[in-house]
Amino acid sequence: MAADHLVIAGKEFQSRLIIGTGKYPSNAVMAKAHEASGADMVTVAVRRVNLSDRTKESLLDYIDTSKMFLLPNTAGCYSTDEAVRTAQLGREAGLSNWVKLEVIGDEKTLFPDNEQLVEATRILVRDGFVVLPYTTDDPIVCRKLEDAGAAAVMPLGAPIGSGLGIQNPNNIRIIREFSRVPVIVDAGVGTASDAAFAMELGADAVLMNTAIAGAQDPVAMAEAMKHAVRAGRLAYKAGRIPRKMYATASSPVEGLVGR
Amino acid sequence: MFNKSVNITLNGDPLDVPGPVSVTALLESLAIDVRRVAVEHNLVILKRATFDQTLVREGDTLEIVNFVGGG
Repeated sequence: MAADHLVIAGKEFQSRLIIGTGKYPSNAVMAKAHEASGADMVTVAVRRVNLSDRTKESLLDYIDTSKMFLLPNTAGCYSTDEAVRTAQLGREAGLSNWVKLEVIGDEKTLFPDNEQLVEATRILVRDGFVVLPYTTDDPIVCRKLEDAGAAAVMPLGAPIGSGLGIQNPNNIRIIREFSRVPVIVDAGVGTASDAAFAMELGADAVLMNTAIAGAQDPVAMAEAMKHAVRAGRLAYKAGRIPRKMYATASSPVEGLVGR
Repeated sequence: MFNKSVNITLNGDPLDVPGPVSVTALLESLAIDVRRVAVEHNLVILKRATFDQTLVREGDTLEIVNFVGGG
C-alpha cells in the first residue's frame, strides 16, 4: 500500500495515533508505552516549575524529542486569556508554534467552552500558531474552528478520561464529511475497538492518554492501540460492505449434494 | 561585594533573592535548566535570548513554567 501518512499544516507524521504523557505509573513505563505505540507526536501540559523539589526528574528526560514531536496543550484553562497565555508560554518552552488548544467550560464534564475556543483559535492563528482545538463533536463548531484557521479539528468521542468510546458516531462522520482539515478524535477512547471504530468512521487520527496510561499494562495497551488505529484506517480506506437485514450466502447455492 | 536583596513573587509565592539579578542568573541559582522553561516577567513572556539582559527587580512578578505529563 502507498504511504498513507497523516499531514497537518504541511507536516507529515508516520503514525495516526497521538498519545499523552500524563498519569503513567512512572516515566519509565511511559517511555516504553510511547515506543510500543509507534506514535510520533505526544501531548504535554504547561505548568509552573516545581520549586520545592528540584530533584524531581524532568519529563523531557524520558521523551526523545528528535523522534517525538511535542504538542503542548492548554489543559485546565477556563478562559480565552488563560489559554492564549498558556499557549504562548508553551511556545517559548518548546520547540514549535503548535498547540493543542483547550478552553474548558465545566469541571465535571471537562466539556469545551466552544465560544471562547473559537475566539482563542482566532487569536492564536493570528499570532502565528498552528492550532489544534479540542472541541465537542458538533459539526457546526468544527466548521467555525476551521474558518478561524484551525489546522485540524479535534472532536471528542466522549468526556476526557471517561473511556466510554465514541458516543456520537454519526457526528464524527458528518464532521469528516464537512472538514477540509484533518479530524482527530480526541478523548473518550477506552479500549482498542474504540480507536478502530473512530478510524473506521473516517477520523484522520486518534488522540488518547488515559486509555493507555490507565490500563493495567500500559505498554501492551499502547501496542494494541497502534494496531487498532492501523486496522481502522485500513478498513475505512478499503470501504466496508453495506449493512443488510438478512443473510446472503457466502457459498454457492447450486450444486448441493443430493438435491 | 555588598549584594542587596529583592522581594519578588515567583510562581505565586513571595521570595527573597539577591538582586537585582538577571533572569539567567536567577534560574541558575534555582538550579533550573534554562533550555527547558519559559519565563513570564511582569506578565510579559520573555524570549529565551533576552534572559541575560532582563533584570529582576524589587516587586517583580515571575512565572517559570515547564512541560509536565498531560493529555
